[in-house]
Amino acid sequence: MYQYILKRILLMIPTLFGAAVLVFFLLRLIPGDICELRLAGSGGFFDQAALNTCRAEIGINDPMIVQFGKFVWGFVTFDLGKSMWTNRPIVEEIGLRFELSLMIAILATITATIIAIPLGTISAIKQDTWIDYAVRGFSIAGIAMPSFWLGILIILGILFTTQWWSGVPWMPPIEYRPDWTSWDNIKNNLALLIWPALATGYRYSAVATRMTRSALLDVLREDYIRTARAKGLVERLIIVRHSLKNAMLPVVTVIGIEFAFLMGGLVVTEQVFNLNGLGRLFVQSVSNHDYTMTQALVMVVVSVFVFTNFVVDVLYAWLDPRIRYR
Amino acid sequence: MHFSALVRSVLTLTAGAAVAVGMTGLPAQAASKKGGVLKYVVPAEPPSFDGHRETTFALIHPIAPFYSLLIRLKPDEPYKSGNFECDICTEMPKPTDGGKTYTFKIKQGIKFSDGSPVTAHDVVATYKKIIFPPKGVGSPRKAFYVMVDSVSAPDDQTVVFKLKYPSGAFIPAVANPYNFIYSKAILDKDIHWYEKNIMGSGPFLFESRQAGAHIKGKRNPNYHEKGKPYLDGFEAIFADKQSLRVQAIQGDRAAIEFRGFPPNSRDDLKKALGDKLTVQESNWNCVLIATPNQKRKPFDDVRVRRALTLAIDRWGGSQYLSKIAIVKAVGGVAFPGHELAATDDELKQLAGYGPDIKKSREEAKRLLKEAGQENLKFTLYNRAVDQPYKFVGTWLIDQWRQIGLNVDQKAEPTGPFYSNLRTKKDFDVALNFNCQAVVNPLLDVAAFVSDDKTGNQHGGYQDRELDKLFDAMNQSGDVKEQRALMRRYEKRALDEQAHQFVTLWWYRIIPHRSYVKGWHITPSHYLNQQLVTVWIDDAS
Repeated sequence: MYQYILKRILLMIPTLFGAAVLVFFLLRLIPGDICELRLAGSGGFFDQAALNTCRAEIGINDPMIVQFGKFVWGFVTFDLGKSMWTNRPIVEEIGLRFELSLMIAILATITATIIAIPLGTISAIKQDTWIDYAVRGFSIAGIAMPSFWLGILIILGILFTTQWWSGVPWMPPIEYRPDWTSWDNIKNNLALLIWPALATGYRYSAVATRMTRSALLDVLREDYIRTARAKGLVERLIIVRHSLKNAMLPVVTVIGIEFAFLMGGLVVTEQVFNLNGLGRLFVQSVSNHDYTMTQALVMVVVSVFVFTNFVVDVLYAWLDPRIRYR
Repeated sequence: MHFSALVRSVLTLTAGAAVAVGMTGLPAQAASKKGGVLKYVVPAEPPSFDGHRETTFALIHPIAPFYSLLIRLKPDEPYKSGNFECDICTEMPKPTDGGKTYTFKIKQGIKFSDGSPVTAHDVVATYKKIIFPPKGVGSPRKAFYVMVDSVSAPDDQTVVFKLKYPSGAFIPAVANPYNFIYSKAILDKDIHWYEKNIMGSGPFLFESRQAGAHIKGKRNPNYHEKGKPYLDGFEAIFADKQSLRVQAIQGDRAAIEFRGFPPNSRDDLKKALGDKLTVQESNWNCVLIATPNQKRKPFDDVRVRRALTLAIDRWGGSQYLSKIAIVKAVGGVAFPGHELAATDDELKQLAGYGPDIKKSREEAKRLLKEAGQENLKFTLYNRAVDQPYKFVGTWLIDQWRQIGLNVDQKAEPTGPFYSNLRTKKDFDVALNFNCQAVVNPLLDVAAFVSDDKTGNQHGGYQDRELDKLFDAMNQSGDVKEQRALMRRYEKRALDEQAHQFVTLWWYRIIPHRSYVKGWHITPSHYLNQQLVTVWIDDAS
């Protein structure tokens, strides 16, 4: 098992390096630079000397190889550097956003798991009944509906319903309060986070529900399940103890990948709910041509993906001991 | 006329806003009340906190309340003539030395938030950083002060600006809302300190910043205007999505957004909130200018350029396009309504502004035929921003189609767009943007001079006659003469040479919760943002 884990860890290095090379060079293919954007973007006149000063100050005139070297060395030494846009440490800029994105990802995962596993199981057990059709319809709708669109519908729905109900429109809060010690802040944060968690959790649950259903159907057709039934084992035990555990292998993979995706992929949903998360920061940094910030964000998200995959692989090996010996 | 009288007139004229502001729905005056926290949404987060260094309104909205200025627009009446007033000076100076010296006296007893006094030396250090920045310090608006020879402080309360030549553009430039007064002691220690820190003498004190989320301020109890500000504090919430900013006002998560909304958002909010919403509207000192690339054929041919501007029905566009986009006023090179701007009758003498659009378009077709370009095909290069860029771009294409031209539109994000415009110059006709703070046509019209004289003209032409007119306007102390020169300048830039085509001037719409009082719209989203006079009417 240790050898297996070590092998998985070593495999992370080329993946991370490849991502670093790609993001560094792809970013520089985009025409324009941060200084032009900063000075010209608001339509006023500006002095050419200010443009030259800005470029020299943030180091975009340095040779490409020097910039790349600084970036890779910074990542290796856990020093992400400073944002070119704000000139503040990237760790400081990312800190709060990471916390918020992590919270959304956890809440959405909980929502999705609570919905997906029971529904997928019921759907498989009641295959081809009206219950199965209803669950499948529910999950297809979830896959078809982008979570940001559902988010917009949720906000508009709340606004219109509250206006119709009480005459005073109410909408969820638009700012996250990092201090969870006061009851006011807890209420504010829950009222803020629950809606995006629902919007993303629904889509996420739809994928996991379908995966649970199909994996469970496969397992239920296995010989050892037939044997268990022939032995007269109680159906509940067959499902919970013998089928579900084995059916969880692909479901765990899906949950893992979706979790990692949520850490940086809620680009539009975060804008819809004004969540100050990693996805929104990513969009801002790309549109601002903030190379250092974009690079750092990509590497953080890639690291989350790589780490999540690693955890999933280890879980796989734990769930199915045959894997670690291959 | 004596020079000082002339400059007073220029100040009055430059205020400009007055004449231009629509002033629709301006809130009625009532007794101001103290207390409350104003929450407002800002479409972007500022890159740094240094006003001298940045150019975006996203800096002004959350940061201006922390700082004093030497002079400013009167916050109670920013739309009226003669609207400059002292912020930390004692009275507006009368120029001496034939208009070449301005002496400001600084009020005593004003303190920075660290308790140190604000003196003339702080003002001098501030303006030296802006006008004569040391190596390695960016000052994008340095060119506004070309007329300034020196700035000095003979004593603690006196600031003297010496000009190279008398200029009506000087005072409006001094009143630029980015000219925050910084502490000399801090600048001497670290000239970049203000990029990451806030320490001013304005109506509010810095409370907190949450990266990407908000900036909070609280009342400055030692503010130099007794009894002000009225608010206990403010919270600027960053929200980049327009629909969310509209919803935030509807759902009362924020009371106002100071940049401006399109007409449909105003209408939606009005429908939802009724009298709980107040709408203030004004002409806006921003305009989209169509710029043909004269380095590329056939746009080097003045007949083609004149045909393009003749085809545009600006009067009709003002009526219809303003229903869906944030544009409205028909104007020439100077902000409409300003005394240096053309009247409607004067405008109607220019190509593309005539009252009979059919006749104009016939002339356009004739010119194209003469130039052998009846079937001209080209691409309008635009910025990938809906309001009002794509709206105006689509409208222009339709205007040109009516004289038989085949035009398509290519829109690119802001970064690549400006990079191409400034460096690569790979475009046929581009829709460029000119947006200024204090209405100051003498400098604002610099977008039309030769490209070797300004970095902000992208048509690739040199026109020495235009340059001479520009310099003459800026060095003239006589308003009548300035006006006459401006007409010549306008005629040459927009008609005879048709170097660039002014489309429609922007229109600023600010719908806000009716409980926000004491804030008055201006012709620029950069102005009147110290929030000194703003108060919250809890009875609403």
